[in-house]
Amino acid sequence: MFSFALHLIARDFRLALRRPMDVASALFFFLIMASLFPLGVSPEPELLRQLAPGILWIGALLSNMLSLPRLFAEDFQDGALEQMALAPYPLFLLAMSKTLAHWLICGIPLAFLSPLLGLQFDLPPDALGILFVSLLLGSLALAGIGAVGAALILGLRNGGILLALLILPLYIPALIFGTSAVDAVTHGLSPLPYLLLLAAFTLGCAVFAPLAAAAALKVSLE
Amino acid sequence: MFSTPHWFKFAAPAAFYPLAGKMIPWFWALAALFGFIGLWLGFVVAPIDFQQGEGYRIIFVHVGASWMSMFIYLVMAFWAAIGLSFHTRLSGMMTEALAPTGALFAFLSLWTGAFWGKPMWGAWWVWDARLTSELLLFFLYIAFIALTRAIDDPRRADKSGAILVLASVVNVPIIYFSVRLWNSLHQGASVSLTRSPSMAAIMLWGMLFCALAMWMYSIAVSLTRVRRIILEREQQTEWVKHLLSPVTATAP
Amino acid sequence: MLEVIDLEGQRGDSCLFHGVNFCLEAGELLLLRGRNGAGKTTLLRALCGLTPPASGKICWKGEPIHAQGAEYRRELCYLGHANAIKEDFTPLENFRAQACLSGDAEHPETKDALAALGELGLSGREHLVCRHLSQGQKRRTALSRLARERRALWILDEPFVALDAQAVAWLSGRLGEHLASGGLVVLTSHQSADIPRARKIKTLTLSA
Repeated sequence: MFSFALHLIARDFRLALRRPMDVASALFFFLIMASLFPLGVSPEPELLRQLAPGILWIGALLSNMLSLPRLFAEDFQDGALEQMALAPYPLFLLAMSKTLAHWLICGIPLAFLSPLLGLQFDLPPDALGILFVSLLLGSLALAGIGAVGAALILGLRNGGILLALLILPLYIPALIFGTSAVDAVTHGLSPLPYLLLLAAFTLGCAVFAPLAAAAALKVSLE
Repeated sequence: MFSTPHWFKFAAPAAFYPLAGKMIPWFWALAALFGFIGLWLGFVVAPIDFQQGEGYRIIFVHVGASWMSMFIYLVMAFWAAIGLSFHTRLSGMMTEALAPTGALFAFLSLWTGAFWGKPMWGAWWVWDARLTSELLLFFLYIAFIALTRAIDDPRRADKSGAILVLASVVNVPIIYFSVRLWNSLHQGASVSLTRSPSMAAIMLWGMLFCALAMWMYSIAVSLTRVRRIILEREQQTEWVKHLLSPVTATAP
Repeated sequence: MLEVIDLEGQRGDSCLFHGVNFCLEAGELLLLRGRNGAGKTTLLRALCGLTPPASGKICWKGEPIHAQGAEYRRELCYLGHANAIKEDFTPLENFRAQACLSGDAEHPETKDALAALGELGLSGREHLVCRHLSQGQKRRTALSRLARERRALWILDEPFVALDAQAVAWLSGRLGEHLASGGLVVLTSHQSADIPRARKIKTLTLSA
C-alpha cells in the first residue's frame, strides 16, 4: 500500500521532469505577477513592504491554482486515472498521493522562490524566512483543497475558471494565517501563533481533503 | 404518526410532487401574513431610532436575510449528507432548489448592508468581519450553482454538488474564524450591524416576523423549484407523461 | 464465477440496455456485440465497478463486486478505449508504470519487461519516447501488460482496434493461453476474432 503511494508520487515526479516547462511556467507566473504590483501601485519601499505578504501569498496561491487542472486532467483523458482507480487500493490513497505529488512539484518550488521575490519588496530577512515557512506549510493545504476542486471539474467544459470559483473561497483561511504570520514578523511580533494555526489548518486539509477528493474522483469517473 | 416507511415513501419524486403541490399555497399564505405583520411592525409601529433615524429600518430586511442565507446553506448541507448516504434522488433536487434562494438572501443581505452602511459609516462597503464572511458565503453559493450547472448528467451534478457543499460547510466555521482574526488584526471598522445597544422589544418582534416571512417564502419558492426539477428530470417516466398529457393535448 | 443478473445501464436519462443476464465460468470468453452507442463500454465499465449500474447485480465468485471492492479489483485487468500510456514515457517506462499502478506488489524485472515488449514487436523501440510512436505501436505498448498478466478476469474494450495482422495473431494467442489456464475474458469487438484453444465462446448482443 505504501509502495503504491510512493510509485504514484515517483511517477508524477518523473512526468514533471520530462516537462520542466510546465513547472517553470507556474514559477514565472508567480514572478511576473509579483513584479506587476510595484508597477501598478508604486515603487515606494514602505508601501511595498506592507503589501508584500499579501501580494506574494496571493501570487503563490494563484499559480498553485493555475497548475491544478493538470493534476488529474491528463491522466483522466488518457485513461491512466481509470487504471489507478482500479488498482486494489482505496481511492483515498490515490487522492492523497496526487496531493503530495502536487505539493512536491508545484508548492515547494513556489515556496523556495518566494524569499527571492520578497527581496524585491524589501522584506527584512526574518520575514523572508517566515514567508518561506508559511508557504511551505500552506501550499500543502492549498494542494489538498485544490485536489478536491480538480477532481470535481474533471471532464467539464470551462473547467479552469470553474475551479477558481470552487476553491478560492476555501483557500481564505490559509491566506489569512499565512499573511498574518509574515505581518507579525514585520511588526516585530511572534509569528508562532499564526504558523501554528496554519499548521493545524494544513493538517486538517491533509487528512480530510483527500477523503473529499476521493469521493469526487469516484463520481467523476462514473 | 408516520412510521419510517411512510417517510421514505415521500422520498420518491412521484409521491413528493403532489404533496409539495398541496403545501405550496399554505407557505405562500404564511409568508404573506408574516411579511405583512413584520413590515407593519417595522415601518409603522416601531419608533424612529434616536441615533440612526429612519435609516435603521433596513435591518428588518437585512437581519432576516442574513439569517436565512446562513441557515439555507446548513439545510443544503443536510440534504447533501442525506443524498450521499442514502442515495435518495430527491435530496439532490432539494439541494439544487435551495441554492438560488440562498444566494438571493446572501446577496440581499450584502445589498441591504451596503444601504445601511452608506448613511451610517459613510461608505457603501466596509471590510467588517460579518460583511466579509457574508460575501464569502455568497461566493460559496455561486460556486455550488456554477458547478451543478456545468455538469450535464443530473446524477453526477447531484453528487458533485453534495461533495462541494459538505467540503465547504466544514470550512465555513474556519473561514469565519480566520476572517474574525484578520479583522481584529487590522482594526478596521468593527461596528456591527446587529449590535444595537438597546433594542426595543417591538423592533425585535418586527425582525422576527420578517425572518419568519422569509423562512416561509424560502420553503414555498424552493418547493416550487423542486417540483419543476422533478418534472424536468422525470420526464421520461410514465407518471410525468400521464401528468402532462392533458396539458399537451390542449396546447395548440 | 462472473455472474450478471438483470443488469440495466443508463446514460443520462436514457436507458441503454436492460435485462442483461449472463454467467461466465473459468476458461470462458464473452464476446460483447452491438452497434455504436448500444452501451458496450458502459457495460464493461459496470463490470469493472467504475460505473454503478442503474439496477441489477454483478457477482464475482458469488458475491456482489461492490461488496468486495479491492479484493475484486485484485483479480481484474481492464483495458479501456484509451491506452492509458504516457506520451512522455518510453514503452519500457510505461510497462513498469502500469505494473506498479495496477498494484502488483513486485516491481517487474527489466528483462521481463523487455521480453514482454519484444513479444509485441517493440524491440529496439523500448527507449523511444511514446510521443514518437505510431498509433498501432502505442496500442501495442498498452497491450504489453497482457503478456505477463496473471489476473483471472480480463475485461478488454476493443482490443483489436488499430492492430496489424501480426499483433492480432499475438493477442488471439495470448487470449487462448489465458482461457486455457482457467482465465475469463470479456471483450468487445467488431471483427470476429479467431481465438485458438478457446473452449467456449459466448456471444451477447446488445440491441438499443
